[in-house]
Amino acid sequence: MQSTTSPARRSRRTLAAVTGSAVLALLATACTGSSDGGGSDDSASGKDVTITFWHGWSQDSEVKAINDNIAAFEKAHPNIHVKAVGNIADDKVNQSLRAGGDDAPDVVSSFTTNNVGMFCSTKAFVDLKPLLAKDGIDAAKTFPAAMLNYTQFQGNQCSLPLLGDAFGLYYNKKAFADAGITNPPKTFSEFAEVANKLTVPEGDGYKQLGFMPLYHGYESTTEHFLGQYGPTYFDPAGKSTVATDPKVAAMMKWQKSMVDKLGGFDKLEKYRATFGEEFSAKNPFHTGQVAMAIDGEWRTASLATDKPDFEWATAPFPVPDDQQDTYGRGYQTGTIVGIASTSKKQAAAWEFVKFLTTDTDAVVSFANAIHNVPSTFAALESPKLVADENFKTFVNIAKHASSGTTPAVVNGGGYLVSVQNLGYDYESGKQTDLTAGLSATAKEIDAAIAQAK
Amino acid sequence: MSLASATRKGAGATAPAARTLAFLSPWLIGFSVFFLYPLISTIYFSFTKYNGFGSPTFTGLKNWDYVFNDLPAFWQGLRNTLWLVVVMVSLRVAFGLGIGMLITKIKSGVGFFRTAFYLPYLAPPVAATVAFAFLLNPGTGPVNHFLGEIGLPQPGWFADPNWSKPALTLLAMWGVGDLMVIFMASLLDVPKEQYEAAELDGAGPFQRFRYVTLPNISPIIMFAVVTGVIQTMQYYTQAFVAGRVAAGNAGNSGQQFEPGYPNGSTWTLPQMVYNLGFQRFNYGAACVVALVLFVISMAVTSVLMRRKSGFMASDD
Repeated sequence: MQSTTSPARRSRRTLAAVTGSAVLALLATACTGSSDGGGSDDSASGKDVTITFWHGWSQDSEVKAINDNIAAFEKAHPNIHVKAVGNIADDKVNQSLRAGGDDAPDVVSSFTTNNVGMFCSTKAFVDLKPLLAKDGIDAAKTFPAAMLNYTQFQGNQCSLPLLGDAFGLYYNKKAFADAGITNPPKTFSEFAEVANKLTVPEGDGYKQLGFMPLYHGYESTTEHFLGQYGPTYFDPAGKSTVATDPKVAAMMKWQKSMVDKLGGFDKLEKYRATFGEEFSAKNPFHTGQVAMAIDGEWRTASLATDKPDFEWATAPFPVPDDQQDTYGRGYQTGTIVGIASTSKKQAAAWEFVKFLTTDTDAVVSFANAIHNVPSTFAALESPKLVADENFKTFVNIAKHASSGTTPAVVNGGGYLVSVQNLGYDYESGKQTDLTAGLSATAKEIDAAIAQAK
Repeated sequence: MSLASATRKGAGATAPAARTLAFLSPWLIGFSVFFLYPLISTIYFSFTKYNGFGSPTFTGLKNWDYVFNDLPAFWQGLRNTLWLVVVMVSLRVAFGLGIGMLITKIKSGVGFFRTAFYLPYLAPPVAATVAFAFLLNPGTGPVNHFLGEIGLPQPGWFADPNWSKPALTLLAMWGVGDLMVIFMASLLDVPKEQYEAAELDGAGPFQRFRYVTLPNISPIIMFAVVTGVIQTMQYYTQAFVAGRVAAGNAGNSGQQFEPGYPNGSTWTLPQMVYNLGFQRFNYGAACVVALVLFVISMAVTSVLMRRKSGFMASDD
């Protein structure tokens, strides 16, 4: 008997199946994974153990530096071998920690501190407090407060700082001299004046821009600018304060005023589109397209390598006029390192993490090699730290009592993305009611956190 | 009828059914593993809180409420995705058909033009998108340089929220070789006698296209539209890469990138599924978005299939 189903109907059914399969294939692998830990691996008794270490470094010099540190560790711990895997971003880390398995990492480092809340609250990383205590390491006396803060979540010290990043001002000394400016600005009003003086229009664009204030201008993000204000982000109950803390609105208004003073959003955006890649010799500060930039200490190394045809220098980024006493502060973040809860070799992993984060020589040599800020008090004061005047700026920012960071939250850096999105809307004029925008952002942040709890 | 004969008859009836099932089993297994299981799992997880660790906990409609009422990015992603479905699919089909018709009409150099229009389709999506991002760079790209030389406005392309989706559409149209080939095949399959009869009846070029070409190739157009809608509902790679390159973030290895640049204009629902599911590990909310995509795909496909009798050619 022939089928009574028409070809058209069959086609429809087939198509329906194909459609469903295609859409849902997106999630086909999303729903498995569990973790179980393992603290004992016999490494203490001298048994050979190989641990896997995932990190994000990818440039040759950086990879060499971390490999040198690993070699130093293996020399000190002959029975512990480290298999390093580079160029790993957080999404891959998160996925592997959930999946577990033999190829999952034992030790993981991340360039961003934004996901520490997620790593700690999900127990993806083990709490290092008992291990620190066992080895007699007083974290508060070992690591600067801001760094210790961004590596823990609600008392769970699930990661430790592995070098830090501090943000400050880079300025083109030749452009300063040409404009008759002798000193870097210290307050935002001085900064606006200097940025204006350094701006050289050309046609409907710029021959040189004093400063690129747009949030897409690489490191000129909301969180980095907010580091100069020191906002709270959350109240003690964990509710967002972006709508109630006047510092957030003040920063948004200051940035918007810079945008307006330097030519307006459209003109700046068009100019920004001519910028090369941030992490390349085409970075706009390297090419002279901008005369000042907010950036991390790593830029000192890039500038030393690329050798632009002008002299440059660094200084702390200016502060709001009403907070002049905090000059010298800056936003701080850094690389963090933790031990996967799925690791079966946690004893060996801890030895490695302890070495990377607390051994003064290891921290200093790594900081010297990749031009990051050391992450322990001892390393910051070490005579072995190679720090010229430009790099010292960032070491001092890291030591500054008013320097701050962004708090760890259960859903990672989602709240920073929400604030940043409002910033994009406000600077472009899409959102003109800042108060309403901040209220909506606070609501969005609270809803996301409540949903993640 | 004896018991023995009844048993034999029963066994005889079971054998073809088992054989049919055996022949169907590869499809049944594939359907169950790759469609049914993910579908049921997705529906289940959309009602739970689950971050990949431990066990899912039932939360009722909390994820649905969150996605629809507290996640503005969802509506932005939905608008962007639907924009791409409507504009990109329409233009790709129209352009593919137009190119196909042109190539079937030209007398010489058919092979060259066919190859020239087909080759871009073979370019890997990431490489093609990176190339377009450089070509369309508002400040340094040759396209804007050329537009400036002839006195035309120079759009911001991938760096401008108003132009990023049109730029992605241009990229999609550039890679229209797949549609061109199937349209060419269907156009060459239209019986010449029908054109001759239409000409004898005094039909002009437009009338011949309207009353001869279109009815003959309508199943192919339907195929192109339906598959185009499905592909665009899953649009991810080009939007992600274009955003990342235009943001100057392509070389920023080892760091997570928030997609959607500029200002969320390239943020599509498939990116949101990945972002929620695999970057924020909010599987419940990700499953809600995936189900929304699924329902929209099914609805659009059903409407299209009902309006036109599927892949069947018109009988008249």
